[in-house]
Amino acid sequence: MKNINKTKDQYQKIVNKNHPPRHRLQKTIKAYIIGGLICVIGQGFWKLYMALNLSQNDAGTMSAITMIFLGGLLTGIGVYDELGQFAGAGTIVPITGFANAMVSPALEYKQDGLILGTGAKMFNVAGPVLVYGMVSAFVIGLLKVVLGG
Amino acid sequence: MSDKLKGQTISFQNPPLIVNSASIVGPEEGQGPLGDKFDLICDDVKCGKNTWEKGEKKMVSDIIKLTLDRASVSSSDLDFIIGGDLLNQIVTSNYVARDLGIPFLGVYGACSTIIEALSIGAILMDGGYADAVLSFTSSHYQTAERQFRTPLEYGDQYTSCNQQTVTGAGAYLLGWLGGQVRITHSTIGKVIDLGATSPTNMGGAMAPAAADTIIQHFLDLGRGPQDYDLILTGDLGRVGRNILNSLLEENNIVTGEKLQDCGALIFGDNKKFGAGGSGCAASATVLSSTFIPQIISGKINRLLIVGTGALFSPLTVQQKESIPCIAHGIVIEGV
Repeated sequence: MKNINKTKDQYQKIVNKNHPPRHRLQKTIKAYIIGGLICVIGQGFWKLYMALNLSQNDAGTMSAITMIFLGGLLTGIGVYDELGQFAGAGTIVPITGFANAMVSPALEYKQDGLILGTGAKMFNVAGPVLVYGMVSAFVIGLLKVVLGG
Repeated sequence: MSDKLKGQTISFQNPPLIVNSASIVGPEEGQGPLGDKFDLICDDVKCGKNTWEKGEKKMVSDIIKLTLDRASVSSSDLDFIIGGDLLNQIVTSNYVARDLGIPFLGVYGACSTIIEALSIGAILMDGGYADAVLSFTSSHYQTAERQFRTPLEYGDQYTSCNQQTVTGAGAYLLGWLGGQVRITHSTIGKVIDLGATSPTNMGGAMAPAAADTIIQHFLDLGRGPQDYDLILTGDLGRVGRNILNSLLEENNIVTGEKLQDCGALIFGDNKKFGAGGSGCAASATVLSSTFIPQIISGKINRLLIVGTGALFSPLTVQQKESIPCIAHGIVIEGV
């Protein structure tokens, strides 16, 4: 005999009823503002490098490198995850989020050794992004060849 | 036999005493509303060691030493030690037991571990197999987080149902002399799974297990909330506690203010910690620091504490399995 006689669906309704408000709109707005600000900073660096007479390509690469460095630095000093609590997708989606996804496991697993710790687990979070990034690039490339672009 | 075991509930013929108990927590728990009640607070989550895992082990060793010292008991006087934690292969407890060199029973009940360890200890004592047993447990935010979730500095957003693993440890010495509180009953829970799959809402997964054990406890003993000054759950958090309340009310058990949750209490209303604390240390530290002193001072005469555990592994979550949960209860009252 069971004391709690409920199906999965019946119970899920109770769980949903007790779920605190999700504030989706509020979170979207925060993500938009912070994510947008990060892009504005990146654009600022691009303008700066252009003003320093770099070619358009080089200025793009340099601003990406700068943003990755900043993302890594803020992760290292323990600020990026706090920012992430506020901004959500706003800090995950831009290139700084990718830096965060690489640096945070590298830091975390350092204490387990440089090879089996940092080396092996550095791609814990970013691994899927790389795998499916490459898979999509392959598919698009294939389409280009087939469709003769 | 019928006197000793009714349904799932054991009534101890010779209820063992909790001779002494102590709690240690990390800095964030120390800054919470119960901060001044813990025996020790670590400013550094590594406790001066070079890894978090070693820090957790040091916390446990320190708190066991404090518990034994305060009771003037030497570790060689112990017949058994019983403990567990959240790490794979309950490795923290294994190392602590290695250093102590006392016959050891390792237990895993996720966050219900301390209640499981106290139940087994009380059974050994009441059965006449032991005169001194030490039950202990620990959990640690950093060690648990890296095992169950993502790296600490990774910037993913916590949900409002999320619970923060409590960094800390608790130890309880069971004996026959010198204590002012005793364990009178133990209700051993069943594994309950109502199909919840979200590891970010563990309170929601565990609430049915807690409800099942509480209902069973009342059925077995013919008791109700009126027989207790406090019904304390382990780490359901605010979300899980509300769900438990509605499940109990559906069964005509009205607890009102008597139903409290250690996980919801330890961090107060601080939004940073989502729905509250979780982890083995939540119930182990809050019971020892806050409620055992209230029984000793006479503010509370009798409480039922129900430890709740979500028995999942990161692997089963990835495979979309639901979360099996358990809850064990013990009754503690003044002598």
